[in-house]
Amino acid sequence: MPETTSDDGPGDGVQIDLISAERMSGKTSMEKIRMILDGVRDGKIVVLEAGLTPDEESKLIEVTMSEINPDGFSGIEIESFPQSETSDTGLLGRLMGKQSTSKLTVVGPANQIQSLHKDETLISALVSRK
Amino acid sequence: MGLFAELRDSISRVSASLFADDSEPKRIGIYGPPNAGKTTLANRIARDWTGDAVGPESHIPHETRRARRKENVEINRDGKTVNIDIVDTPGVTTKVDYSEFLEHDMEKDEAVRRSREATEGVAEAMHWLREDVDGVIYVLDSTEDPFTQVNTMLIGIIESRDLPVLILANKTDLEESNIQRVSNAFPQHETIPLSALEGENMDEVYEKIAEYFG
Repeated sequence: MPETTSDDGPGDGVQIDLISAERMSGKTSMEKIRMILDGVRDGKIVVLEAGLTPDEESKLIEVTMSEINPDGFSGIEIESFPQSETSDTGLLGRLMGKQSTSKLTVVGPANQIQSLHKDETLISALVSRK
Repeated sequence: MGLFAELRDSISRVSASLFADDSEPKRIGIYGPPNAGKTTLANRIARDWTGDAVGPESHIPHETRRARRKENVEINRDGKTVNIDIVDTPGVTTKVDYSEFLEHDMEKDEAVRRSREATEGVAEAMHWLREDVDGVIYVLDSTEDPFTQVNTMLIGIIESRDLPVLILANKTDLEESNIQRVSNAFPQHETIPLSALEGENMDEVYEKIAEYFG
């Protein structure tokens, strides 16, 4: 599958990658995390149509922490809608391999994205250039 | 994760709980965002039941940069005894900027060192959560907005692992404390108000620890 993002860099603007659930579906947890962090470390805002599982979110925090360095990357800002109770998968669902991940998720560099407002139905964020 | 891996995990979790040795202390992780009062609470519990403290408290974020364990804390409530290991963990965040420490009168070298230790501590806390705790006390500063991404994610991670969780709305001694806001943020869980600093409502906290983790 051809890459949909340009390697030329965002220039003066801010690049936003909207990643479909389909594109993420065949990836392992670490591949997803790598794709997100590589994009964010390049200064991109990554929007996932389907978010991460709780386990992947936990690993994302862990890997992010291991990559923070004082003169470059200071971490990520991440926002997503909370899981609704109706999308919660029970034991049977989990046994069948179902994961309730259908929640829009926005990830960006901590020094470029600032959450302005968040509730169950609206996420408002301010994105600045580097 | 596939069907068989999930099935194997579920069976091992059920069998572990069925055949668990009740005399073994449960490892209870104290989690929450930075500056919520986790170490103050850990020290309060440890002092009340063992006479010792767990670690130093500070208003500077990320004072706790390593998970600290206080073993064999025996809590007695209504004739019931609960034996727990308290694990005080570093405050979880998705970002650490060393320049924040400069605002607390630190030299750059010290701030950089502290931020590096803080990132290692957060990673360690996440690892403990996935591998090494049997239950969670989630501490929130009730003067702050609880509806943050870190809180939402962590509660989601805890729920996905089927860990018992007790949510504490700390700092009720402060005028701006808003317990209802914490309850509203996580309506699926019971919220217990307290001031770990002043020792307010600790009786109810110990009752709930015995109920949730006993």
